[in-house]
Amino acid sequence: MITPETFDELQQAVRSVDRVRVRGGGTKNVLSADATISTEKLSGILEYEPSEYTFTALAGTPLKDIAAALAENGQFLPFDPPLVEAGATLGGTVACGLSGPGRFRYGGLRDFFLGVRMVTGDGRVVFGGGKVVKNAAGFDIPKLVVGSLGRFGVLGELTFKVFPAPATWTTIRAEFPDFKSANAAMIRVAMSQEEVYCLDVEPTGAVSIRIGGLGDAQAVRTDRVRSLLDGAQVEISTGEAEQQLWNDIREFRWVPNGHSLIRLPLNPGQVETAEKLLAPQAGPRRYSVGGNLAWIAWSDSAAADSLLTACRELGRKPLPLIGNWSGGVPSAEAGGAFETRLLDIFDPQRKGDLVPS
Amino acid sequence: MSAEQFFAELRRIYPADRLLTGRAQLAPYESDGLTSFRARPSGVVLPETQQEVIDTVKICHKYEVPFLARGSGTSLSGGSVPIEDGLVIALNRLKRIIRYDAEQRVAVVEPGVINTAVSERAAVDRLYYAPDPSSGPVCTIGGNVAFNSGGAHCLKYGMTSNHVLGMKVVLPDGTVEQLGSDSLEGSGPDLTGMFIGSEGLFGVALEITLRLLPKPEKYYTLQAAYDSLEKAGTAVAMVVASGLLPGAMEIMDRLSMDAADAAIGAGYPKDAKAVLIVELEGTSDEVEAEKPRLHKVIEESGAYIIEAARDDEHRLKIWKGRKSAFSAVGRLSPDFIVQDGVVPRTKLGHALKEIDKLSEQYGIRVANVFHAGDGNLHPLVMFDGRQPGGLEHAEELAGEIIRLCIRLGGSITGEHGVGLEKRAYIGEMYGEDDIEFMQQLRRSVDPLELANRGKKLPSAEAPALTSVGAHPLEKQGIISRE
Ligand SMILES: Cc1cc2nc3c(=O)[nH]c(=O)nc-3n(C[C@H](O)[C@H](O)[C@H](O)COP(=O)(O)OP(=O)(O)OC[C@H]3O[C@@H](n4cnc5c(N)ncnc54)[C@H](O)[C@@H]3O)c2cc1C
Repeated sequence: MITPETFDELQQAVRSVDRVRVRGGGTKNVLSADATISTEKLSGILEYEPSEYTFTALAGTPLKDIAAALAENGQFLPFDPPLVEAGATLGGTVACGLSGPGRFRYGGLRDFFLGVRMVTGDGRVVFGGGKVVKNAAGFDIPKLVVGSLGRFGVLGELTFKVFPAPATWTTIRAEFPDFKSANAAMIRVAMSQEEVYCLDVEPTGAVSIRIGGLGDAQAVRTDRVRSLLDGAQVEISTGEAEQQLWNDIREFRWVPNGHSLIRLPLNPGQVETAEKLLAPQAGPRRYSVGGNLAWIAWSDSAAADSLLTACRELGRKPLPLIGNWSGGVPSAEAGGAFETRLLDIFDPQRKGDLVPS
Repeated sequence: MSAEQFFAELRRIYPADRLLTGRAQLAPYESDGLTSFRARPSGVVLPETQQEVIDTVKICHKYEVPFLARGSGTSLSGGSVPIEDGLVIALNRLKRIIRYDAEQRVAVVEPGVINTAVSERAAVDRLYYAPDPSSGPVCTIGGNVAFNSGGAHCLKYGMTSNHVLGMKVVLPDGTVEQLGSDSLEGSGPDLTGMFIGSEGLFGVALEITLRLLPKPEKYYTLQAAYDSLEKAGTAVAMVVASGLLPGAMEIMDRLSMDAADAAIGAGYPKDAKAVLIVELEGTSDEVEAEKPRLHKVIEESGAYIIEAARDDEHRLKIWKGRKSAFSAVGRLSPDFIVQDGVVPRTKLGHALKEIDKLSEQYGIRVANVFHAGDGNLHPLVMFDGRQPGGLEHAEELAGEIIRLCIRLGGSITGEHGVGLEKRAYIGEMYGEDDIEFMQQLRRSVDPLELANRGKKLPSAEAPALTSVGAHPLEKQGIISRE
């Protein structure tokens, strides 16, 4: 594995290998096994101007460092990335297209990613997007590489938009007697004007709702959310305990040993069907982002194929991230004509090697 | 293969009233919102189904005829000016809302659907489609997609691309593909995002899946007057530093206020050098809690008059003054050019001073109205097209303003797109290699360069400038711009 320390070295590295697979923090072992290039030494925040709401950092910068720098200025990453404490890097998070539960409020990673300097699969350095919060010139290459799993090349330098962080957080956890009524409550909250940050449902019938904002308004806002949760037992948390709750969710501490972690996009109308399909064999799972994303723990002893069949039935492609997963990476499969034609320019020799053998 | 055969094949799809080739019939399609560019297409087709669009693209590909997808023609950068002797595919009749699902908060629409029609459809459920270009009552979702259009409320919720989840598109050779889906989360590369903002160069959007948001429960709008532009700019920085996240922050300078006063009697303070509009939005309790904090910041920023909207009507009045500014400038000057550059927000003050200097140097008046929260400037460069060299002189100044934005680390366009107008500058914002790379991407998707040939990327052919001024729809008072 080559560990470049400068952008030039990164370019050299891409040119010198015949198979490009990148490892950032190594937190998503399914995708970074057998990597040929590490971004570990391409780390650091290059520019951060709090009053611009933007920062630029190298791809190997740990999210932890970024979150800390932002927090000093009362700002945060509104797409709420997962695996921050585990050591995930900015580049890896972009390549996997990962956002966390809080993306429900303002948008996902794609919505905050403004500019990129990267080395294409054939070793060219290209710049796409811009460094200002609004820009309509050029093709939106930053969007293209979100979730690309490195197929277009190696990300080097990334510019993001950030927001001021809410002063206080409150989480309302409601236990419904069954999944169906929990799901109905989720839809009610999603359609309401309460502007919640997180909206997660668990198979047990628990709905977790996170609101954020100024301290003065939290009590009244909490009551308003509660009024949408008729028939449920409700528990309120604030302060450290509340922070910890979402940290544990984002760090996937709820995934038991001997399980792989799988990410699966959905739409809210599919949640009940998904739960029916998954319930017989899946381990713990969460329906997050108001029913737009499932996180599934899949036991090593369960057949990977039955999960793949369920996903096909839902018409969705799963992305395995962590564990001893053996069912391949459907999100890495080749796309249609538009993608192929773009790839012909980014990586004509198809050096981007997405699926570990 | 000849033009005759080409039209014969089109005639198999289109009855005579939907295939226009007569001189008079073509005239309305010769130009767009930037009336300075004109070109005559060889024909205009008016498809009514997606299949007709797909078949048309295939025929164009077969005969190697360049084509332009057209929405309502309100582009301000020459984006919807036809290709000389090419075909115009006018999409206004594809205006079905195919799916509306309030529980999932999505709408699937055809490209000819008018921007505000989506929010109108969703209003019963208190949902809305967030991107709000001021041309909203006229422009189409297809056009918005092509330009990644924005509005006054981009700071918090972003532009078009932040609200499109998926798309069905026809590539320039007739291949039909689904990009993205109806989920907020994607898998694989974000091809939807790549297509948006490509100004029609990657093909035609046939079906667009939009994300809907719950309408903010409450708005709180205030307008503050300052004795200098700089103070208004500083106020924006202070609001940002305070941790508040307003839905919109807009600034108007003296000249724009004069224009708005002349046009609609907006009644701005006579001695103010700048006004700042700040709008909070959200749940009523949150907005109530934010109000006193906003007032404190604005008072400390040296505003000498603070006017808060008492009710909805008052709020609309404040916005009306702001939104009238563009067309109102038409009262101060027979012609004007609108710029759309972006600068880092911290350099707003500097940029405005430089524009002032340039304005003096050129002896040309420049009014400034801008989305201050995003650093998106809209300088209005005024001139008289009847004076010899008037346009060229103004164009030169406009060019200097664009270069200033690039120098300050910003962008040549925030929301109007490159189109024909700014092709000469995109190569200064990106490096030569980056431009060459974009050209290659384009040619890989469309080797014959049929889709909207001559736009967005630098190119040799360019139709000649003729006149600049208000859009015909503005002159009729149907829309106004921000
Ligand atoms: C008074 C006024 C105010 C304005 N205010 C704003 C504003 O606040 N914010 C802002 O961002 N813009 C604004 N604009 C600019 C303009 O309205 C937008 O760019 C709008 O998105 C254009 O939509 P349209 O339907 O008129 O598209 P057109 O002008 O017809 O076309 C624009 C481009 O889109 C392409 N296109 C159209 N349909 C499709 C399709 N289905 N698939 C692929 N490509 C397609 C065309 O080829 C062309 O390149 C304003 C314009 C005017 C005249």
